[in-house]
Amino acid sequence: MRYFEDIVVGTRIELGSHTFEAEEIKAFARKYDPQSFHVDEAAAARSHFGRLVASGWHTAAVGMRLTVDGTRRENANARTEVVRTGPSPGVRDLKWPKPVFVGDTISYATEIVELRASKRPGWGLMVTRTSGTNQHGELVYSVQGAVFVERRPAQA
Amino acid sequence: MALSKLYFEDFEVGHVAEYGDKLVTAEEIKEFAREFDPQPMHLDEEAAKRTLVGGLCASGWHTCCMMMKIVADGYLLNSSSMGAPGVEEIRWLKPVRPGERLRVRATVLEKREPASRLDFGFVRTRFEVLDTSGDCAMSSITNLMFARRQPRAAQG
Repeated sequence: MRYFEDIVVGTRIELGSHTFEAEEIKAFARKYDPQSFHVDEAAAARSHFGRLVASGWHTAAVGMRLTVDGTRRENANARTEVVRTGPSPGVRDLKWPKPVFVGDTISYATEIVELRASKRPGWGLMVTRTSGTNQHGELVYSVQGAVFVERRPAQA
Repeated sequence: MALSKLYFEDFEVGHVAEYGDKLVTAEEIKEFAREFDPQPMHLDEEAAKRTLVGGLCASGWHTCCMMMKIVADGYLLNSSSMGAPGVEEIRWLKPVRPGERLRVRATVLEKREPASRLDFGFVRTRFEVLDTSGDCAMSSITNLMFARRQPRAAQG
């Protein structure tokens, strides 16, 4: 990935995986999502989940981290100028179809689904679908994101 | 005086409430970013000045997490919340800077009960994260699941 013009729709990038351990699930949840089924094993056992589950925001945040790391790796491999991505205007259709339980290993991947012109001069909009799949092959996370990507500078 | 616990039956379409008064600090912005979104605009004041957003601001996922915490403390911890299967949309409308005080306006948009289950329902809710000046920095629409106080009578 270098500039917006170099990005190809349909490209799929494996982002790596993360294993959600009990301590980090609870530490995250205490800070950001202290519902009982995210912070307390006994309460989680009595809930409809049946055992401790990660906050969906934790699943999403780890996906963001792996996306940043993956982009960085790709830039390093390309041995070229680092692509500049700007802020994201938002995401759509975020799904948590299955819970993430303690010890689950979630593999993340992202696919470029669309490239759009943007009103910001010098920037285009890249639309992606990022997903997370557990060790049983079940989808646990999916989101459609969009991010501004710098266009190739016009030659004077 | 403890407020009585909220069940699915207690939510009214059109109801609007505001929760929280969360001070955003530079240290928290950077702490979240180091773990989950290590991009320059979230990590370092000087580097952030050279980005499209022009200065340090919270990761959009951090804003989601701050919203979640405000809403959890505001009412979810005192409810029959069963989590959420996803989020229809999240819009990051304005950067969240250090020093802002955030609150969340929750609007109940719709209630829906699955045909196959008699013991819970979905409460479709718009959450708007408002900053100190009252501007909406982020908006989202989520289908929250709440258990019913009493199972609904089966049809037919």
